[in-house]
Amino acid sequence: MLQYSALKKALVIALCLLGVALTAPNFFYETADEAARARAQVERLEERGAPVPPDLAAQAAAWPSWLPGSVLNLGLDLRGGAHLLVEVRVEDVYAERIASLWPEARSALREAREVVGPFREVDGDRQALEIRLLQPSAAGMDAAVGALEEIAQPVTSGILGGPAGRDIAVERLGDDRLRVTLTEAERAAALERTMAQSLEIVRRRVDEAGTREPTIQRQGERRILIQVPGVGSAEELLALLGETAKLSFHEVVSQTENAQASAAPGEMIVPDADQVGLSYVLQSAPTVAGENLVDASTGFDQDGRPAVNFRFDTAGARAFGDYTRANVGKVFAIVLDGQVISAPRIISAITGGSGQITGSFDVAEANRLAILLRAGALPAEIEVLEQRTVGPELGADSVAAGKIATVVALIAVMVFMGLSYGLFGLFANVALIVNIALIIGVLSALGATLTLPGIAGIVLTIGMAVDANVLVFERIREELKRSKGPARAIEAGYERALSAIVDANITTLIAAVILFAMGSGPVKGFAVTLSVGVVTSVFTAIMVTRLMVATWFEARRPKALAL
Amino acid sequence: MRLMRLVRDDTHVGFMKLAKPAVLFSAALALLSVLSLAVIGLNYGIDFRGGAVVMAETPEPRPIAEWRAALGTLEAGDVAVTSISDPAAELTGAARNSVMVRIGADDPNAAASEARALLEDAFPDVTILQTDAVGAKVSGELLQAGALALLLAVLAVLVYIWLRFEWQFAVGAVIALAHDVLITVGVFSITATEFNLSIIAALLTIIGYSLNDTVVIFDRVRENLRKFKTRPLAEVLDLAINETLSRTFMTSGTTLIALIALYVLGGEVIRGFTFGMIFGIVIGTYSSVFVAAAVLLWLGVTREPLDADAAAGVKFSDGGA
Repeated sequence: MLQYSALKKALVIALCLLGVALTAPNFFYETADEAARARAQVERLEERGAPVPPDLAAQAAAWPSWLPGSVLNLGLDLRGGAHLLVEVRVEDVYAERIASLWPEARSALREAREVVGPFREVDGDRQALEIRLLQPSAAGMDAAVGALEEIAQPVTSGILGGPAGRDIAVERLGDDRLRVTLTEAERAAALERTMAQSLEIVRRRVDEAGTREPTIQRQGERRILIQVPGVGSAEELLALLGETAKLSFHEVVSQTENAQASAAPGEMIVPDADQVGLSYVLQSAPTVAGENLVDASTGFDQDGRPAVNFRFDTAGARAFGDYTRANVGKVFAIVLDGQVISAPRIISAITGGSGQITGSFDVAEANRLAILLRAGALPAEIEVLEQRTVGPELGADSVAAGKIATVVALIAVMVFMGLSYGLFGLFANVALIVNIALIIGVLSALGATLTLPGIAGIVLTIGMAVDANVLVFERIREELKRSKGPARAIEAGYERALSAIVDANITTLIAAVILFAMGSGPVKGFAVTLSVGVVTSVFTAIMVTRLMVATWFEARRPKALAL
Repeated sequence: MRLMRLVRDDTHVGFMKLAKPAVLFSAALALLSVLSLAVIGLNYGIDFRGGAVVMAETPEPRPIAEWRAALGTLEAGDVAVTSISDPAAELTGAARNSVMVRIGADDPNAAASEARALLEDAFPDVTILQTDAVGAKVSGELLQAGALALLLAVLAVLVYIWLRFEWQFAVGAVIALAHDVLITVGVFSITATEFNLSIIAALLTIIGYSLNDTVVIFDRVRENLRKFKTRPLAEVLDLAINETLSRTFMTSGTTLIALIALYVLGGEVIRGFTFGMIFGIVIGTYSSVFVAAAVLLWLGVTREPLDADAAAGVKFSDGGA
């Protein structure tokens, strides 16, 4: 089929031009990149109705907005930056939930003291609360189980929103012991909560540091991947996240000047954040844990002094209400990162789930505290699994090396093709250049990340992209030998080579797709460029080269082909 | 203009006569690879083994001993320091006086931080080019995921070729693939070249390429089987390979040219990756001709029954060849 309809011709040419247009911004990388960034910033400001600074507007206008403006998104290995893979210790959250069950369980059992009799907490593992009845009886056990089951709350599952069962399960161990554990539903819900909260906090902290285009993703069940271009090292990133402990509210037993004093069982000694030498002896089981806090903001107390308003969720509100009702006039401590950041006195029972922290702080401090309370602490500790830092020098080296290698590979392959196939080789070479423009254009438009192995993928594509053309040209040669005329030979060549081209490229595509699905980071970048390269090379070989061959043939009508 | 020909027209190489020695040769190579993997094993990079790597440079070259001394007090684990030489970068003047510090440690993150701090203390003018730390938990998973990816790719290909051709073709292609991957991994073992995550990518690319090559030959075999219904299978295979020989060399040629450019000029970071691919392309081309086709010869193929057209096909071939 050497005849191309005008429409088909126009379509192929338009696609090629589009590829070239999409590639163009990359030749003015800095300008286009900064303009795109500035434009995004201007949009954000305008959305909020804020004034746009003139230098920012000028930067945004440096690249005409009607031109395609996306450039290749360079990966960390080419741009420099930090990569951090952390795992959230969800076990700690479970353990904490268990620990916070004890006060609740204690008061529930005390209410049924007449039947249950005296009881005690047994130090078991951290994932379960074990209670032993000191004077066990069948009726006592039944009553205890009943009382404990009373404190169970329905769990709302994140997906359906409906109740997915109870949050705790009570089981009997022998005839004097009870074991309270979190149900699967509660564990799953706690996991989702913890991960969502951790992601949000990490995002907020990284954003606050003003780093550009961070990638923050959940990976698997309990991992978070953080990639920040431009940060000096993964260590700095870690410091930014803070090897943070959590926020919690504790009952204060006493104050002490001696930080080395040994704590009684169930108590702990925590230093004051501001006053050196001052420490508090606290109940180690928190009254309310930080994840029960849903909001905090800066406000003022009755005397007009700066204060922090906060609000708990339902469970937190109940626990805090019970505690404050029983302890009016006493001091409780707000602990963050292993330090007491505030130790306010309880003025009245706080039952509505919201309260106010007053203290000796000014507006700025109140503000800081509100931010910390809102987003400050990760709900659980994080463990660093993988950290990678690439310096900007090495990235720049890799980009330079990649560029040179690409250009040299391109020229060498083009010379080789020209020598082997003459005019047809030139057609293939034009198609090759279009192919590279298409790859870069598609990658830019997709916003895909180009990594060093990605550059290798492009270089490999340069070598392999000509394959489809080679298949066709070789086939045309064969058909010519079978003493067919040039027109029939070309037609038959394209027709018969097609099945080999399709099968050969689909198999490569299969490997690339699997690589994309299974790979991580740079390897994924390689898979993307390879896949895009396979598709564009087939397009250029069977559409672009063929268009050129057809046009040339129609114009010249040669009697013989030099192939 | 006289055009360059890598392979002259009308070759009649009896590839299938060479099938037996070639298969023996391949089997020997495969055995050697297995032995090397069993005895020497692979030089795993930190992606798969866990540990830390710090790459650093100073404006003036320093002897390795000085670097070692600077890290002498590192408590976290065993340290190995090697200097990085990059002949191509030396030519272009982009060479760096850089070293690679490999640390095997239980806590790679701490070790990397400590090494970094020690180097910055010892040499105020040092630039840390790269720091990687991979914990044991992740490295095990990465290795598993890599192996799984390879296995899945081979299975997917098996199914695809089985659907498009016949099962004998699929078996032939997969044996050829396994052969390529095994021998390439064997070479990494024998040369003690670092085996990391990017090598898995190289292996997958080799699978893709070798397959590409095999499928092109198979495609021609299928076509010729329809055309010449009475010719012995060995002849049909030989004919298909000879007919596609020029294309085989052309494509391997252009791909190797591109890869060699990348190997020489692409920098130290991806040299292992490119090395794997260059070797794999060579072995992949060889295996398409000898291993895949030989397996096909050995398994035989189901051929369409003779009909009236068969005679015409033979006659046509006599006239054409």
